[in-house]
Amino acid sequence: MLSLFILIPLLLLFILNLPVKFIRQGAFGLVGLLLSVQILAALLHSLFPWSAFPEILGSFFIFSLAVDNLTLVMLLTIGTVALVSLIVAASTIGQERLRFYFVNLLLICVIGMNAIVLVRDIFSLYVFIEIVSVSSFILIALERNKSAIEGTFKYLMLSAMATVFILSGIACFLLAAGDLSFVSIHSAFYDPAASFILKVAASLFLCGLFIKAGVAPFHGWVMDAYLASPASVSVLLAGVATKISGVYVLLRLFGSVFIVNAPLQNIILFAGAFSIVLGALAALTQDDLKRMLAYSSISQIGYIILALGCATPLAFAGAVFHFFNHAIFKSLLFVNAAALEKRFGSTDMNKLAGQGYKMPVTGITSLMGVLSTAGIPPLSGFWSKLIIILALFSSGRFVYAGIALLASVLTLAYFLVFQRRIFFCKSELQEPALENPGKISRALGFSEISLAIITVVTGAVFVFMPGNWIMPLKGIFW
Amino acid sequence: MSQSALQLFCTFGIFIILLLITGAYCMFVSFNLIRVLIGFEILIKAVTLLIICAGYVCGRTALAQAIVITLIVIEIVVMVVAGGVALWAYRHNKTIDPRKLSNLKG
Amino acid sequence: MVNMTINLILLFALILVALWTVMTIRLIRSIVGLALTSAILSVIMYRLHSPLAAVFELSVCSGLISVIFVTTVSFTQRISKEKLRIRRKERLLKFWYLPVILIATAVMLCQHLLTPQFTLPLLVPAQGLGVRDLLWSCRHLDLLGQVVMLLAGAFGVVILFKESRK
Repeated sequence: MLSLFILIPLLLLFILNLPVKFIRQGAFGLVGLLLSVQILAALLHSLFPWSAFPEILGSFFIFSLAVDNLTLVMLLTIGTVALVSLIVAASTIGQERLRFYFVNLLLICVIGMNAIVLVRDIFSLYVFIEIVSVSSFILIALERNKSAIEGTFKYLMLSAMATVFILSGIACFLLAAGDLSFVSIHSAFYDPAASFILKVAASLFLCGLFIKAGVAPFHGWVMDAYLASPASVSVLLAGVATKISGVYVLLRLFGSVFIVNAPLQNIILFAGAFSIVLGALAALTQDDLKRMLAYSSISQIGYIILALGCATPLAFAGAVFHFFNHAIFKSLLFVNAAALEKRFGSTDMNKLAGQGYKMPVTGITSLMGVLSTAGIPPLSGFWSKLIIILALFSSGRFVYAGIALLASVLTLAYFLVFQRRIFFCKSELQEPALENPGKISRALGFSEISLAIITVVTGAVFVFMPGNWIMPLKGIFW
Repeated sequence: MSQSALQLFCTFGIFIILLLITGAYCMFVSFNLIRVLIGFEILIKAVTLLIICAGYVCGRTALAQAIVITLIVIEIVVMVVAGGVALWAYRHNKTIDPRKLSNLKG
Repeated sequence: MVNMTINLILLFALILVALWTVMTIRLIRSIVGLALTSAILSVIMYRLHSPLAAVFELSVCSGLISVIFVTTVSFTQRISKEKLRIRRKERLLKFWYLPVILIATAVMLCQHLLTPQFTLPLLVPAQGLGVRDLLWSCRHLDLLGQVVMLLAGAFGVVILFKESRK
């Protein structure tokens, strides 16, 4: 049953490429349907445990896939953000040919991400990480405008370095454990003769995955990649693609497969704190909306890495919850940026200043997203940050908890400045003569509203059911 | 693990590290996008040698070969896509010099 | 002892050819050097008891990748003689660091690694599966990954290599 998450999108990919006319026209609808089914399946797993069903093609293929609560949260996130990206693409990409390519590449990216969260073998994990990377390169290069070249190339080069690190780590694991599944690697950590090789391997993996996740000081490619890509691709990249292939793999490997000792934990904590501070400070000085959101992304990822370095079950649960929340509110903010770009033709905050009052839906949902990012109760961002800071306090790392709190204040600062400049003050100037001021389409508005509702509801519901959500997540941590 | 196997691994290890340095140098210090790809190729070759050597030393040659075969397929696709990006850069900027790709400031 | 000597000769040849590939000025010679590196690597892999991987490396990396590179390069223009001379000077200036760095690193590593101070674990002997059986019976997920990767590559080629009609 689990392999269907990979095989059904693959089948849909083949079907979409058949030369039949009405399938091509309905491509967006079909893929949207598939992603909705994925969201429903992830939500309803506790009522209807479909993972216990045997594999459909079990006699032909042996896939070693497994599902636990972390995987379910990730599947839900992937489905939601991919669906939102699809809706944004349906509104913003005009040419017929590009729309078709986008749908196909989105399917390939979703296949890769689903497989990343389902596999239990480290080399298969690498194969699907590469699939997500390659489809991201091609997606960034989709509209082939001048500025995308540099973004793609920088991303390519840094991704190549990450590949080399990860593969060297895999070779060391082969040496130490003889087999590459998660269970054998975990049991190899208990063998004292292998400890040096395993330390080297874990550090190599750490470097490679930090590059993939965009953690400072390896964050050089994040800026150009998010900036240069078309709007719907930014939503997909920022929300899920780079996060699943970087941060989820870190959570899975350093949470339940590797056994890390204190020096490595300190390095992770330091990298997390560095990212938070760097992202927050850099976002204060930005003039362009997408750049500010990209630096904010780096900052939020820093929170997750900080929680990972703390290495207690509570911190881990907070990290996963913050991952989900970040995917939701960051996608919301990027969708708003796409709406602004479509209406006014640019994302430069100087040009957009004072014009946002013409788009009330975007303004209100943007306010929700901003408050959630900054961690204002009772929105969801507040709860996940609270859990992370509590976990840091309870394990004695007061300095890091203080840094996290202060950065939260900084986040609030720069986001409120952005909100006020664009949406809350009315400019007396005429709308600048930017080409093609189109009206915001209904689909974009619908996706913004639904993401904002998810943020609010998650925050409100969380007050009543902490036990239902946090305890199962804690159980994954060894 | 026998001493001679460890010796072999370390000898190969020295050469692999030298090859990695060569590839990385080529990738980051070059005037031509195609040479960046050649540098990436050399890096991947070094890692391939590392995997095969690790497999030989611990006796798992079959698994190592399976990994390398899959890795070569992945590497081809990444190379083709990177070549495509280099070509597209050439057609837009009329040059394949990575120092001139500075359309994005900051 | 003879085995180790042959291995050492091959490894030295590998490094020297890779160095030549990186440092040579004309691009076509670089690509030929890359193919030669793949060939030497393939011989080393054969000596390390990995014949299937050696054949794959020889046919794909020596052959296919060189063809891809030459095709890509043929789409770009030849540089003029003037630029070639300037480039030669720039290049020599920047690239003479490389052999120096390599020799320094080699000397440093030799002192550390020739008497290794770590141990490797003793592993249980593996099941006696050959490569083909392993690939086709245990690693289906990798094969699926290869298929998806090739599809992604096909889309990449279509999107990136097409001339844009303006």
